[in-house]
Amino acid sequence: MAKLNVNGAVVELDVATETPLLWALRDQAGLTGTKYGCGIAACGACTVHIDGQAIRSCITPVSALDESQKIVTIEGLSPDGNHPVQVAWRELDVPQCGFCQSGMIMAAAALLAQTPRPTDEDINVAMSNICRCGTYNRVRAGIHKAAAGGITG
Amino acid sequence: MAPLDNVAPSRRLLLKGAAAGAVLFGFHLPPRQALGQAAPSAQVPASPAAQVPEINAWVVIHPDDRVVLRMARSEMGQGTRTGLAQMIAEELHCDWSKISTEYVTPGQSLARNRAWGAFLTAGSQGIRNSQDYVRKGGAAARIMLVEAAAARWGVPAAECSAKDSVITHGPTGRTLRYGEVAADAAKLTPPAEVPLKDPSDWTVINTSKPRLDTAAKTTGSLIYGSDLKMPGMLVAVPRRCPVFGGTVRSVDRASAASMPGVRHVLQVGDGAVAVVADTFWQAKTALDALKVEWEVGENGKVSSATIDATLTEGLDAAEAFIGNQNGDARAAIGAAPRKLEAVYSYPFLNHAPMEPMNATVVWTAERCDVWCPTQNGEAALAATAQAAGLPQQQCDIHRVDLGGGFGRRTTHDWLIDAVLIAKQIPGVPIKTMWTREEDMVQGRYHPVTKAKMTAGLDANGEITGLHMRISGQSILSFVFPNALQAGRDPVVFQGLNAGGAEGQIGYSFPNLLIDHAMRNTHVPPHFWRGVNHNQNAIYLECFLDEVAHATGQDPLALRRKLMANHPKHLGVLNAVAERIGWGGPLPEGVQGRGIAQQMGFGSYVAAAADVSVSDQGVLRIHRIVAATDCGYAVNPQQIEMQVEGSFVYGLSALLYGECTVKDGAIEQTNFDTYNMLRMDEMPKVETIVMPSGGFWGGVGEPTIMVAAPAVLNAIFAATGKRIRTVPLKDQDLRRA
Repeated sequence: MAKLNVNGAVVELDVATETPLLWALRDQAGLTGTKYGCGIAACGACTVHIDGQAIRSCITPVSALDESQKIVTIEGLSPDGNHPVQVAWRELDVPQCGFCQSGMIMAAAALLAQTPRPTDEDINVAMSNICRCGTYNRVRAGIHKAAAGGITG
Repeated sequence: MAPLDNVAPSRRLLLKGAAAGAVLFGFHLPPRQALGQAAPSAQVPASPAAQVPEINAWVVIHPDDRVVLRMARSEMGQGTRTGLAQMIAEELHCDWSKISTEYVTPGQSLARNRAWGAFLTAGSQGIRNSQDYVRKGGAAARIMLVEAAAARWGVPAAECSAKDSVITHGPTGRTLRYGEVAADAAKLTPPAEVPLKDPSDWTVINTSKPRLDTAAKTTGSLIYGSDLKMPGMLVAVPRRCPVFGGTVRSVDRASAASMPGVRHVLQVGDGAVAVVADTFWQAKTALDALKVEWEVGENGKVSSATIDATLTEGLDAAEAFIGNQNGDARAAIGAAPRKLEAVYSYPFLNHAPMEPMNATVVWTAERCDVWCPTQNGEAALAATAQAAGLPQQQCDIHRVDLGGGFGRRTTHDWLIDAVLIAKQIPGVPIKTMWTREEDMVQGRYHPVTKAKMTAGLDANGEITGLHMRISGQSILSFVFPNALQAGRDPVVFQGLNAGGAEGQIGYSFPNLLIDHAMRNTHVPPHFWRGVNHNQNAIYLECFLDEVAHATGQDPLALRRKLMANHPKHLGVLNAVAERIGWGGPLPEGVQGRGIAQQMGFGSYVAAAADVSVSDQGVLRIHRIVAATDCGYAVNPQQIEMQVEGSFVYGLSALLYGECTVKDGAIEQTNFDTYNMLRMDEMPKVETIVMPSGGFWGGVGEPTIMVAAPAVLNAIFAATGKRIRTVPLKDQDLRRA
């Protein structure tokens, strides 16, 4: 059993404590927007925020978390899907297959919260997510567009 | 704050749902209901709207004017859904803002004499091989809607016109909406003649319509196969013998059976096992603990070194299948005063779509239903029926969008195993999910080949004869042996053929011989984005570069001399040369510039790359210019995205992609050992879309063909080092 603060609500999840947060979110909390890509923190498809920091949920056991830590998933990033990153993504048609995009968006949102006007180098450092379809240049453009629109964090 | 809106049902609901589910599946109600999703996404496939009569197979119009366009091809990120909708809408004259799409099932198509044509979504053919009949579907529906309105008014149809889902009677100005006459139109006889617009009149095709499916991909609400939930569903995680062709010798079921959540420990066919549990993590954890002994046989002795030796032998073998020849290349080379020879090689590659293989299956003695991402619904249905032991009429495939395909999801080994698992647990929805590790070692790999390139050169450095000997795997001999032509695999020669839409060579040589010594291995090869073009373009385009440098010629000038009879190939080559500034000074920081062209999948493409290589041997790709002549451009922005994506896929392979074999098994088990290009390495890409008209070419794959050779040629220009073996991670790029 784990008690976690997910998208603003404290939820009790019937899960073994060594279970990675990714699978607690997907299978117990029913939040399937966060994806499994590799299970070894290599691809970033599982990226969520913990207290505003982008982390890879596939290697984070729920035993490492408690209800004081605020977990935010793609479903909780904005109330209406209109976080500036999401808006920019739609305006530029960033996603292709879309499977990596929850992780991309969460990594980009965390970057912008800490660095409202990131340089290309800031983006290179923060965005290590893998996209097999090849959306990188549009992801970069999307981050700059969201930044230009003003991110307050 | 988004609610927890996809919450797993309570135990009570689960039991109730499971009972209801059996009824639902038995009567094959729409999958949207059967899925049991709390809040079904717009992308979860519904069965074609039964309550609203269709105008024809492609078009359903609701009374409130909503337009539902039906899709047989699959969406995997390549934008085919939007492109197909544009082509239907172009002729339907409907209001674009009212369009949605839905997948038809292969079972429905089977019952209607394949009303929707091919489902195969591969070979960059989703648009080009659908365009004729989907446009006619839209045009026929428009004609019927106009006729229905004219009949209601009692006027000749010729006096009426349609625009944005509104029909207007010209002489009186009266109007009717599509939704008001759709039911009448559905009763009319389809027109015998369906003329299509002249391309010069297009207003929807050749525009960059935003994709129809972006929004759900920004909120996490798009349901992929791995996200499916059904009442009572269990999750299976399989493991197949890591040595291809191996079998299960023994399974110690007790080693996993009592672990948390585990419901079943199964053997799957001869060569695989699976743990079935309440959740993925429970099943995976138990599978990791499961003790299995494998019988690997002789294949256990195969390694990359033994495969390489087999391929090397083929480079000089006496017998080979001929792909293209004119004149007498061997004699010309033998008589030439100068000879140039080089051996190239290309490795196994895994498709590695971001979403590992998965399928959700409900099997009963009467029926088998599958929900899965597939690039070919019809092949998935055939595979399911065979594995299920049921006629195709008692099975169906309910598609979801793919989390990447790249060719991997055109074949259904993973689905067959999923059906064989579900068959052992009748009536219970079983979601079979592969781990990334399973996906890496149970791939269907880019074929491994080598090539010996030999040119005869005269005293002026002109090519008198060219012999290209390919040695290596044949995809067809593994996938479709019946398609071999007296043993010869024509697909091996993509991009090297004398003619044809799938890959015509862009050069004329006075004497030419291109042949293939087929050398197969136990590692299963498959179509991998770009397929055999990937290595063929490297072999030919890099070797021509070698000839140019060896004879003191400019690589572009040499090509132009050989391309006089290939104006479309030359067109794209000239376009990238001009845009990148070929022959001019290199920009600050750039050390080398390379160029390449190739024709395939119906389209002509070229690329030019600017690179630098540091003293430590670190490559930086500064800029890539790409040109595509795909005949007609349906959605220029989507083409740009496919060009950019093709570079990422092609450059990932060039930089990092390599699957090696040890003791008969693939050594790379995850992204730590099978790396990809990331944002920090992604070059600036400039795309020239230059459709010349008169033909329909694909766009999903062609650019990948020129990504690697353009960069390899630029690396030579920068360093003087000719790289003939990829990936670059294994190569020392430092200047000699």
